[in-house]
Amino acid sequence: MAVTDSLSRAATVLATVLLLSFGSVAASHIEDQAEQFFRSGHTNNWAVLVCTSRFWFNYRHVANTLSVYRSVKRLGIPDSHIVLMLADDMACNPRNPKPATVFSHKNMELNVYGDDVEVDYRSYEVTVENFLRVLTGRIPPSTPRSKRLLSDDRSNILIYMTGHGGNGFLKFQDSEEITNIELADAFEQMWQKRRYNELLFIIDTCQGASMYERFYSPNIMALASSQVGEDSLSHQPDPAIGVHLMDRYTFYVLEFLEEINPASQTNMNDLFQVCPKSLCVSTPGHRTDLFQRDPKNVLITDFFGSVRKVEITTETIKLQQDSEIMESSYKEDQMDEKLMEPLKYAEQLPVAQIIHQKPKLKDWHPPGGFILGLWALIIMVFFKTYGIKHMKFIF
Amino acid sequence: MAAAGAAATHLEVARGKRAALFFAAVAIVLGLPLWWKTTETYRASLPYSQISGLNALQLRLMVPVTVVFTRESVPLDDQEKLPFTVVHEREIPLKYKMKIKCRFQKAYRRALDHEEEALSSGSVQEAEAMLDEPQEQAEGSLTVYVISEHSSLLPQFCPPFGSMMESSPIPEEKQVQLSWEYRLPLFFDPQEPLTSLTPVSVGYEITFSLLNPDPKSHDVYWDIEGAVRRYVQPFLNALGAAGNFSVDSQILYYAMLGVNPRFDSASSSYYLDMHSLPHVINPVESRLGSSAASLYPVLNFLLYVPELAHSPLYIQDKDGAPVATNAFHSPRWGGIMVYNVDSKTYNASVLPVRVEVDMVRVMEVFLAQLRLLFGIAQPQLPPKCLLSGPTSEGLMTWELDRLLWARSVENLATATTTLTSLAQLLGKISNIVIKDDVASEVYKAVAAVQKSAEELASGHLASAFVASQEAVTSSELAFFDPSLLHLLYFPDDQKFAIYIPLFLPMAVPILLSLVKIFLETRKSWRKPEKTD
Repeated sequence: MAVTDSLSRAATVLATVLLLSFGSVAASHIEDQAEQFFRSGHTNNWAVLVCTSRFWFNYRHVANTLSVYRSVKRLGIPDSHIVLMLADDMACNPRNPKPATVFSHKNMELNVYGDDVEVDYRSYEVTVENFLRVLTGRIPPSTPRSKRLLSDDRSNILIYMTGHGGNGFLKFQDSEEITNIELADAFEQMWQKRRYNELLFIIDTCQGASMYERFYSPNIMALASSQVGEDSLSHQPDPAIGVHLMDRYTFYVLEFLEEINPASQTNMNDLFQVCPKSLCVSTPGHRTDLFQRDPKNVLITDFFGSVRKVEITTETIKLQQDSEIMESSYKEDQMDEKLMEPLKYAEQLPVAQIIHQKPKLKDWHPPGGFILGLWALIIMVFFKTYGIKHMKFIF
Repeated sequence: MAAAGAAATHLEVARGKRAALFFAAVAIVLGLPLWWKTTETYRASLPYSQISGLNALQLRLMVPVTVVFTRESVPLDDQEKLPFTVVHEREIPLKYKMKIKCRFQKAYRRALDHEEEALSSGSVQEAEAMLDEPQEQAEGSLTVYVISEHSSLLPQFCPPFGSMMESSPIPEEKQVQLSWEYRLPLFFDPQEPLTSLTPVSVGYEITFSLLNPDPKSHDVYWDIEGAVRRYVQPFLNALGAAGNFSVDSQILYYAMLGVNPRFDSASSSYYLDMHSLPHVINPVESRLGSSAASLYPVLNFLLYVPELAHSPLYIQDKDGAPVATNAFHSPRWGGIMVYNVDSKTYNASVLPVRVEVDMVRVMEVFLAQLRLLFGIAQPQLPPKCLLSGPTSEGLMTWELDRLLWARSVENLATATTTLTSLAQLLGKISNIVIKDDVASEVYKAVAAVQKSAEELASGHLASAFVASQEAVTSSELAFFDPSLLHLLYFPDDQKFAIYIPLFLPMAVPILLSLVKIFLETRKSWRKPEKTD
């Protein structure tokens, strides 16, 4: 009895050891040394920053997103690795008393708009479908490179979303919603195709914690500005501009990020402490159970900055010199410079084709609701007049 | 009269009941299946069983090896044993618990006449030239020439093409076999984790940039076209089997590095230490324009001529010593080299000083970096083996073979995981549409994976690599087709919300009338019982 008991115990221990070893093998970074095990194995960083609100009174959402964009750029992520989606243009809005600016502090201290802000999806292009296409990579082939998320299995991605939300959904542009299930499925598709190494998801909306409840893919860490049932509040109105400039949670996160520089060693536990209930009124939440590493070993710059792995080149190869050819080609180039032909524009638009286009045959669509309703009314009146009497047994 | 009226009402009631029943019958028998069929997500058939079979695919690589013995190297009695063939299998462990079986098919034979002549010539170069011409070496095959100890070729190197020179005084079979154990791993050692190398792609874009932050002091001229034509293009032609390469170049003025170098008074020069190097790349990258170039992975090679105020500029390694090449590289991105202007050119000259860049020195470093970025590094040499340096092209055929083997295996692994994850996703998320062209891409990918595995098992490396690239391309096309997102954001509760307002008003009268008919019929059955 005792023998079988200990045998079964040994078997379970063996099984758990095997499972653990398989689990660690399945992790995408296998390092020999213990120190390297705790470091992230990423080689590049991406950021997807989304503002989902339209209209002037949602100024603060655009200011939130642009401030995060500024911090992320300051800490090193280049524009080619940032996908910025803004649903409305506050800087050139006719109601903006200070055109071409978006302020994030009252008394107009800090203008987060400028001439080096590269918006990838603007205005009506910010839709749920485009957002999901960016995340999953299922983009039509004609999309330019700046609108794509070209991450790979060694990319750490930061996703920041802000706008109006509710329990389990986030509103896009006042006309659509994205639910937490769709978001979780999109992340699962990213994981299946190994489009990220680790993902940090930050959301600043009302009831934001409901958006990360349904995640089930590994290596995701999530932060939200408020729990289910709570509202996220805005920070400060500016009397000159007339709207609220920032949301509280993002304001304090940005204050925290101002102290981070590309070489700092601050970890995620400090980010979780940002904006306690006394300052934020709502209770920020976070979720780390899907994340493999301990948050205290995760540096802020793993997601917000972009530190590249660099190696010194120690070896060279030997090439043979061809010095005579070099001199003669130099002389040729000098002569070429004088004989350059005049430049002209290439043919860009097939104007003749456009002008003389034949009208396209439109596809046939079935009749819409109004036509159907009208005909139903006409038919009912007809039957009423001519009295098909047994119809009254049915209706 | 009343009886006739009652009979007429009764008739109407019966007709009404029949009409109601017919309505219900049409709705349930015809309408429900029609609605179900027209609203299900279209899924063309996919070879699920084959996809799961791919996961269990055992990769076998075959290497045809030919061992050629010259006359003097083998004693006569052993010579009679030739020619014969031995097959030797070995498992090579890769990372992630993957193992591939390598099959070395060794054919031992005597040297042919022209080979004897070639091997008795004085120098390795002549021998190479003579051996190279008559035979066509297929990629992935290896030829070993065994020469006698007294041959004049020995003190020189193992030649660069797919052959090795070896000497053994008495080539007993056992001895030769032992030497295989440590020689052939030369070809299969994955030293770098595959993921930090340049990703496998159909094409690559290589950009050479000259950064001149101080045009007032330096008028830099570099003959990049000539250098590309003479040094880079042959290298890329040799590497051509690994993908299509396109090269471009640019000159950027007033482009600074993001880091301020420090002054070292001991050598009166400026230096960048190793910890500040990672921060150099990002500020520069936005100005390179690499994102607009193409959709292929881009490798950037930057030549930085430091400004007069910060000349000369050296890169220090972690021990504080200046690096000989004055260059560093970043995996998956490219390399940067700092080119210091010779102080002699400043004497008695008016600024700006004309600087002619020594392209040979620069290209030596850049091509070495390119090799490292692709994972072509110096292997661990077993004892008693000397390796000659690369040829004028910068790439040896056996290095290319190694790269192709590694890439083929990686391609097959990637294609298999893509197809498997597509199958898993289709099982998990029921909303994904699979159109016919996506299905045909999946079939193509599965066929290409199987073909590539077969080619690897029969030792044809070039066609195996091409098939593996096809497999990756087809599987990526299938997975990332934009049509797969079509219905993805209509979860089930939204679907119910759309259908209920349409079907409920129609269904309620039908159900109510059915219930009424059923109750009346039950009443009429009970009535005769009561009277009885």
